[in-house]
Amino acid sequence: MTALGGLRLAIPRGTLFGPTLALLDRLGLDTAELRTNERRLLFPELGVITMRPSDVPTYVEAGAADLGITGRDVLLEQSQLDSRHGRQIYELLDLGYGRATMVLASPAAGEDPAALALRRLGVVRVATKYPRIATYHMERTGRQAEIVEVKGSVELAAAVGLAEAIVDLTATGRTLAENNLVVREEIAVCTARLIANPVSYRLKAAAIDRLVERLRKDLEDGPEDRADLGSPA
Amino acid sequence: MVHPLPSGTRDVLPQEAAELRQIGDALREVFLARGYGEIHTPALEYEEVMARGDLDRLPPAFRLFDEHGNTLILRTEMTTPIARVVASRYADASLPLRFCYQATCYRAVRPQRGQSRELVQTGVELIGSPAPTGTAEVLSVLVEALAACGLRRFRVGVGDASFYPKLMATLGVPEGIGAGLHATLGRRDLVALEERVRAADLPEPAARLLIAAPQLRGDISLLERLEGEVREAAEGLLRLAELLEGPVLERLIFDLGLVREIGYYTGAVFEVYDPALGQPLGGGGRYDDLLARFGRPLPAVGFALNLEGLHIALAGEERGER
Repeated sequence: MTALGGLRLAIPRGTLFGPTLALLDRLGLDTAELRTNERRLLFPELGVITMRPSDVPTYVEAGAADLGITGRDVLLEQSQLDSRHGRQIYELLDLGYGRATMVLASPAAGEDPAALALRRLGVVRVATKYPRIATYHMERTGRQAEIVEVKGSVELAAAVGLAEAIVDLTATGRTLAENNLVVREEIAVCTARLIANPVSYRLKAAAIDRLVERLRKDLEDGPEDRADLGSPA
Repeated sequence: MVHPLPSGTRDVLPQEAAELRQIGDALREVFLARGYGEIHTPALEYEEVMARGDLDRLPPAFRLFDEHGNTLILRTEMTTPIARVVASRYADASLPLRFCYQATCYRAVRPQRGQSRELVQTGVELIGSPAPTGTAEVLSVLVEALAACGLRRFRVGVGDASFYPKLMATLGVPEGIGAGLHATLGRRDLVALEERVRAADLPEPAARLLIAAPQLRGDISLLERLEGEVREAAEGLLRLAELLEGPVLERLIFDLGLVREIGYYTGAVFEVYDPALGQPLGGGGRYDDLLARFGRPLPAVGFALNLEGLHIALAGEERGER
């Protein structure tokens, strides 16, 4: 039996990877191999699998992993906002780290180009890696928007006029500032979350509850500054 | 040359068809032996009939018009059509009524998720038998049927749709806040549930119970250990458990946070799990108000299983998946 009680946990590579490994260390897992071997994806001796953050809900929903750790931004984008279209998973715990804010930002110089576009053209172009969050936010606030999905650095889209505004995740605001963008609206605060497959949540209830209990205790004991770890720039 | 099919539908070829038929036959044999008569209804229903069920949570995949301009939909489930049959064809019949079915149903899908628009459901409805007797009978039919089709490792989750509302009422949660908490639990978001309870500024023991109680799940010993307000709100489940016998009881997981998404459930709710499949194979529960929407107020309970899900789980168990 592993330190995870025989459960399979999907963890995200990327900015959340470091603090997630630190968390696993505190749970008593030997993460040396996870830290050194970047190409290996499966760590059956630990009960851990690694993947990109946005794939975590897919594996957990299908039951290929009992539990997963991913950002709330990923969960929101995959539509936990609406249970009918949301993923069939449980969101068990706010792990506190990877803290960042989903914001609407636009170029700082002069009048807000997003507001200007809405006033004169009736529609604002919003570039984002999070099309569903952006669509939901604009609809909820009663503004017509054309959502432009990009995969890479979204700041560029506003800087060169592909869009008047962007919706993106920011922790320090440094990247936004360097590209002359300012935050106009805060949409949601995002942290790392522990999610569970609904069948595992019942069939492996005891093991899952034990792990959640240890994680809760770790959160209570944890140093305050841990919240800053693993945040994107 | 490959000709396309409407998205979300598929062909079933002889080997799969034979295996599906075998599962369906095993289930039907149990249903018939337990006194449930097989029933067929049209695949098409008037929209206003299906709307007495829950079209909001089970949105139809296909709507069409007949030559008189009536809106028809391909049925999304079988519980509502059977409620219609009972109200119109069994107005004076002696109770309870027992029906079983295997029927193709059609549902709108979530985009890009590879879900079927067309699915075969098989199940039973027991009408005119109140809780807890009727619920206990249907649970015993469910466990017997699942065992008969060859599934070995299944479990049935049992909750109570009225548990959380009762608990909130006992603890004096204002109604406006209560509805939000219940909806959050229905979304399976326990983080938001805790945040909302904390934000509601309720006295401490109550807040702790509202967060912890819906996370309780386990075998019969869990129910027996309940105390105070939680035990009071779980009274329905305790009375049900008294009527259940060993072979049924040992398959059950009592789950105080189980909320079925379909809106017409009023009391006990079920979900079927198997370790070989990541999502429930089916579910059901009590719907004591649905028949009244057809002018025939009767308590009722039933379940529906997804035939394809059962097949996948059986194949998974044979392969010895975790």
